[in-house]
Amino acid sequence: MNSPILLQPDETFILNVGPQHPATHGVLRVKMEMNGEYIVNAETVIGYIHRMHEKMGELKTYPQFLMNLSRMDYLGALGYSHGHVLLVEKASGIVVPERAEYIRAIMVELNRVASHLFWFGAFVMDLGGFSPLMYALQDREHILDMLESVTGSRLTYCYFRFGGLCNDVDDNFIKAARQFIPRMRKSMKKYHKLVTGNIIFRKRLEGIAPLSKEMCRKYGASSAVARGSGINFDVRKNEPYSVYPEFDFDVPVYHECDSLARYMVRMDEIEQSLRIVEQGLDKLPGGPIMPDKKPKLIKPPVGDYYQAVETARGSFGIRLVSDGGKNPYRLKLRSPTYSNMHLFDEACQGMMIMDALAFMGSLDLVIPEIDR
Amino acid sequence: MVAYFTEIYTGLMSLFIGMGITFKEFFKPTVTVAYPYETLTMSSRYRGHIELVEDEEGNPQCVVCGLCEKACPSDCITLAGEKPEGGKKKVLTKYMLDFTKCSLCGSCVESCSFGAIDFSKEYNLASTKKEDFYFDLLKRLEERKK
Repeated sequence: MNSPILLQPDETFILNVGPQHPATHGVLRVKMEMNGEYIVNAETVIGYIHRMHEKMGELKTYPQFLMNLSRMDYLGALGYSHGHVLLVEKASGIVVPERAEYIRAIMVELNRVASHLFWFGAFVMDLGGFSPLMYALQDREHILDMLESVTGSRLTYCYFRFGGLCNDVDDNFIKAARQFIPRMRKSMKKYHKLVTGNIIFRKRLEGIAPLSKEMCRKYGASSAVARGSGINFDVRKNEPYSVYPEFDFDVPVYHECDSLARYMVRMDEIEQSLRIVEQGLDKLPGGPIMPDKKPKLIKPPVGDYYQAVETARGSFGIRLVSDGGKNPYRLKLRSPTYSNMHLFDEACQGMMIMDALAFMGSLDLVIPEIDR
Repeated sequence: MVAYFTEIYTGLMSLFIGMGITFKEFFKPTVTVAYPYETLTMSSRYRGHIELVEDEEGNPQCVVCGLCEKACPSDCITLAGEKPEGGKKKVLTKYMLDFTKCSLCGSCVESCSFGAIDFSKEYNLASTKKEDFYFDLLKRLEERKK
């Protein structure tokens, strides 16, 4: 007979979560040192889906790298492409027509809504509720249909070009987008009634996993993680780019610092994104979508360039060091989730494992984006 | 004490409200389709793998300039052509697409200034053999002609 395993009161054991685990939403591995149900120490292990995007950036020419950006973050792909095209346009002095900039902003915001919807569904599923995921996916499908009708793909878009876009939007898209906004607003009310008000949901998030402002700053967190902790920072407002200064929108900030605050920030962000889309459709100017004069071969002059954009997951920075050739000398991708995730190790010490998994959900991790 | 009971009441109510919403959704029309039996029409800009475009006589419009080969980020395209005796233009003799590496970015179609390649609408491409994804586009064009 085997004797039962007895743990001494102060003895800990190691629990391995992932890399194949439904709660981590991807190939993230977390080594947790546990004392009973409480976490003593946690260590996130990344790199299981590393694809050398930065190296590919050095080896490929500028237009050839366009499609890589959307493979970084498969949920909010357009935001990443936006950063890349803005950077190369800035470096090589290409002027983008106004219509193209407006369409870009509309697309990025729609993509942000789609990304937040998927996060919403998956987050509630982490906490044990399945039907909100189905409702969220139903709304998300409308957005994907719209984006597909313009870009030609549903998830990994290759739509932005240096100087503009590859396709113009048509009346069908504008009609669909106009119909979508009120429908989505109605759905948001439904989600708030179904999920935000739910007592079980609230009890599992309220006051759980407090992240102080200092900790967010220390790790360089951005997006809802920072804004849920009272840091009013949004690249669209603080370092305006593209046509965002033309839009009237608010940056939702919550001071509760808990998981619920991060949830509320994202839910409010959906509403703000809808406002931007609405204004973008109203203001959409006519004209070309590609500039008349565009260099045939993209060769930015020697220099060091940086561009930050606000993607669905936070502040995405991209740095380009050019030696004047047709390939970048160095292309550094600053991924927002990478910073957001590293909070986890410190913040979850002393937390119960169920709370830690709810906390991980509230960080909105997309693993391919961390590993790039 | 009052707060305690109010919380129990509001908590219970929130669960009933949630149940009410799921109950309402239950009677809404189905939005999914039973895929292999029903299919949706693909959007007009759907990007499938590339296909050669033929001219009025059924020959490929390609002039073998090789721009698509150069534009491809993943080296999927291999093409060859030769000048026929007495002819002026090059004639396409081979156009291979390695679809295992293609990421459907559309750079090749954009780079072509002769309109010689276009996206197909095919998406049912599952196979257990890797060789099934090496497309001989010239052969496919001839099969289409028949």
